[in-house]
Formats: sequence, C-alpha cells, structure tokens
Amino acid sequence: MGLATRIIPCLDVTNGRVVKGINFVELRDAGDPVEISRRYDEQGADELTFLDITASSDNRDLILRIIEEVAAQVFIPLTVGGGVRQVEDVRRLLNAGADKVSINTSAVQNPNLVADAASRYGSQCIVVAIDAKRVNNTDMNNPRWEVFTHGGRMATGLDAIEWAKRMQLLGAGEILLTSMDKDGTRNGFDLALTRAVSDMVDVPVIASGGVGNLHHLVEGVLQGHADAVLAASIFHYGEYSISQAKAYMAQHGIEVRV
Amino acid sequence: MTDIAIVDYGMGNLRSVSKALEHVAPAASIAVTDDPEVVRKAGRVVVPGQGAMPDCLRELDARGLRDAVLEAADSKPFLGICIGLQMLFESSEEGDVKGLGIVAGKVLRFPSTAMINANGQKLKVPHMGWNEVHRTAEHALWKDIASDARFYFVHSYYVETTNPEPAAAYSLYPFPFTCAVAKDNIFAVQFHPEKSHEAGLTLLRNFVQWEPMLRNG
Repeated sequence: MGLATRIIPCLDVTNGRVVKGINFVELRDAGDPVEISRRYDEQGADELTFLDITASSDNRDLILRIIEEVAAQVFIPLTVGGGVRQVEDVRRLLNAGADKVSINTSAVQNPNLVADAASRYGSQCIVVAIDAKRVNNTDMNNPRWEVFTHGGRMATGLDAIEWAKRMQLLGAGEILLTSMDKDGTRNGFDLALTRAVSDMVDVPVIASGGVGNLHHLVEGVLQGHADAVLAASIFHYGEYSISQAKAYMAQHGIEVRV
Repeated sequence: MTDIAIVDYGMGNLRSVSKALEHVAPAASIAVTDDPEVVRKAGRVVVPGQGAMPDCLRELDARGLRDAVLEAADSKPFLGICIGLQMLFESSEEGDVKGLGIVAGKVLRFPSTAMINANGQKLKVPHMGWNEVHRTAEHALWKDIASDARFYFVHSYYVETTNPEPAAAYSLYPFPFTCAVAKDNIFAVQFHPEKSHEAGLTLLRNFVQWEPMLRNG
C-alpha cells in the first residue's frame, strides 16, 4: 500500500467564526473554528485548510490566534490562506503554527511572491490557490478556464492550466484548485477542470468546489485525478463524517488513511 | 539544563515540533535554540529541517552549530526529522553538496519519469501526504505504534543507505525507499512525527523516554 488520498475539510473563517457561503456569497455561521478543528481531527481528517475571508484588515490577527490555538491541540498539517500579500505574512502564519500557506490573489498581482516565499521557506509550504471559471460554455469539447481573483470577483485573463504550470515553475508545492462554477452548488467537482490541471502539473492538486455527496469525492479522485479532495458544507453540518467519507472512498478502491 | 534542544538554524517552522514535544512531555524543559552551548548541554537533541538541504547546511554553519550537532549525534539521544535525516548522509543530489557523513549513503531526487503506481496513476512530487511505514528492524521508538501505521510525509528527495543495517523502515512511492534510520543513539525519519497524529505523538513520546546505549555518553 502506498500514499493515501487526502480528505481535507475546509474552514472559511471570518471574524473568528467558521462560515459557509454559496458561490462565494450568502454566508451562514457554522461554528467555532477550534472546536470544529478538534472534531475533524477526531474523525480522521488528513489535513485542515483555513481560508481567512475576513474583509476588513482590523480583524486580520484573529486568524493567527486561532491557528495558534488549533496547532497546540491538533497534530495534523494545517494550511492557511486568505489575505497573504507579502513574505512577511507567510512568516507570521508559519510562526503561528501553519504548515502551509496558500496564496491566491497576490500570486496574480505579484508572481514573485510565490518564488520569494518558496525560496525562503521551501516549496513544501507554499500552496497556490486558483479560482477558475469556465469561459467558453458553448464548445464542450474544447473547454477553457480562466483564473479569477478577489474571491472570484475579478477576471484576470489568465488560462487556469497555464497558470498552474507557471506557479509550479515558480515554486508552488501544491495547487488548491477551486471551480467557481461549482463552488456551493453541491453538484460535484468540475471534473474536466480538475483532470486537465492535475494531468498537466507534477505537484499535488487539491480539488475543491461543489461537493454535495460522498460519490463526488470518489469522482474527483478517479475521474478528476485529484491528489486530495477538499470539502466544507457536507462536513460542517454533520451530514457526513470524515470517517464515513473515507469508508465510502475505500469501497471504491481509493487508498485512504483509516 | 535543557531536557530537549530543538536545533533552530533558521530554516522553516519549528513551532510544530516544539508544540508536539510539549504535548507528549509536559514536564520537560524544551528549548528551540540556535546556541551551540545549549545544544551541547541538552539531554536530548532534535534536528528538524525543511526546505533545501544545501540551505540547511549553510545556515547550520552560519550559526556555528555543525560541531554541536555532530557531538550530539555521537553522544546523546538524537532525533532527525526530514532534512534532519537527509543531512546525516554523505552527499545529496540537491545542489550536489556533502552532508554530515554520519550515515553511509546519499540523498536522491524522486525521478521525474517512472513515477507511476500499480493502478497506472501518475505520482506527484513532492511526495505529500500519509504513507505506510513498514519496519525492517525492531526499535524502542516503534513501541506502541501499529505496524504499517501511516505517517505524514512531504519531501522531494529521499535517502539511500549504502548498507542495509541502518535502515529501520521503508515506504513505497512507488518503489521502496528508506524512511527511517537507526544507528546507536541516532534515530532519524523522513516523515513528520509532529504532524502524524497519534502515531507521530507516540513516536515522540518514545523518543523522550528512550535510553539508548551510549558510546560516548
């Protein structure tokens, strides 16, 4: 037996609370981040991802305190993203207890940030998050996806696959790939997008956006070729536990950590 | 005196390692230190490491820590983690540098071709995630850990020992590579026990309680 496919619950955090939105809007409270982290850890989560979606800079330091508290109790890898603009932000998050830092909008605005952070702290702790949206819905045989930033509000003109390859070259150790079309819909991952990116890069790709049931996780791995699967709402509201998700994936021949 | 010194040579985040050790040894005095004297006086020494091995060795030298680490590797319970394992070897393909030369062998990069698993899937580099650790030797640090337990890995380079004896465990990616080395008072692992949940905490607890036979203690 070899490497297990990772299941990663994602916690969107704002003002110290975990929330979940639909298509990046309409936020709904889902609880205390430390408590939720502990629950996922007990259920066998392979890793935890925190996205700080706090809009104002006033409450930015809250995420550092949350990560410190989680890191003292939960001994699995922690990834933190949201609002990372400079190498100093990476340093502060790593010092608070993050194992990996995810960079999204700032990677587009300043690609050298990825290179600088990777050369300073190592590629293993630099994740580039890509929010991608399908831009030619008419020609299904020749799909194209564009990178969006600022929580999905701003088009960049960048092709998602080319961007992922470039980020790998600059030092990204992993790609967190979110389909903007699918996020919050609970209709499953954008499998074509996931597969296109995962097959074109050598670093691990985490599929994100759209999980509504356990079979979607299986599709993400078997059809999307994802190295890890990320989901939020199916776990937050107690619909499924991480252990149920792993048992279901194992039934479908996917190697998981139990 | 410090019970456990975590050698800080400025490469990456040592907070996870210290938090996990504090968790398993709440009564111990644990220091994250770049002071060679603190390392020399400590009862046990942990050498973690992230990033690139050439940078790690350069930073180790810049802080005058090389001799203190060599002395610790020769005289007291010593735990190497990730680059802390790799730097014990003679040489690395990464930047074509010499290592500390404590364990015979070399550090190699996962090849960019032939990384295909039994199901025909392409394997990514870095090797990132939870893999099974298959033991090849009994050791005090494996106590109370299930055989083939999974630990968390993240690395692009792996070690190859010249002789089979120091290898204490291997993992498959897709070929078998040595993921733990045991030699006298030294135990060193490629995976991250501080991020490996119960199995990792158990290994750290075993390290804190380990009383190896010392040649120069």
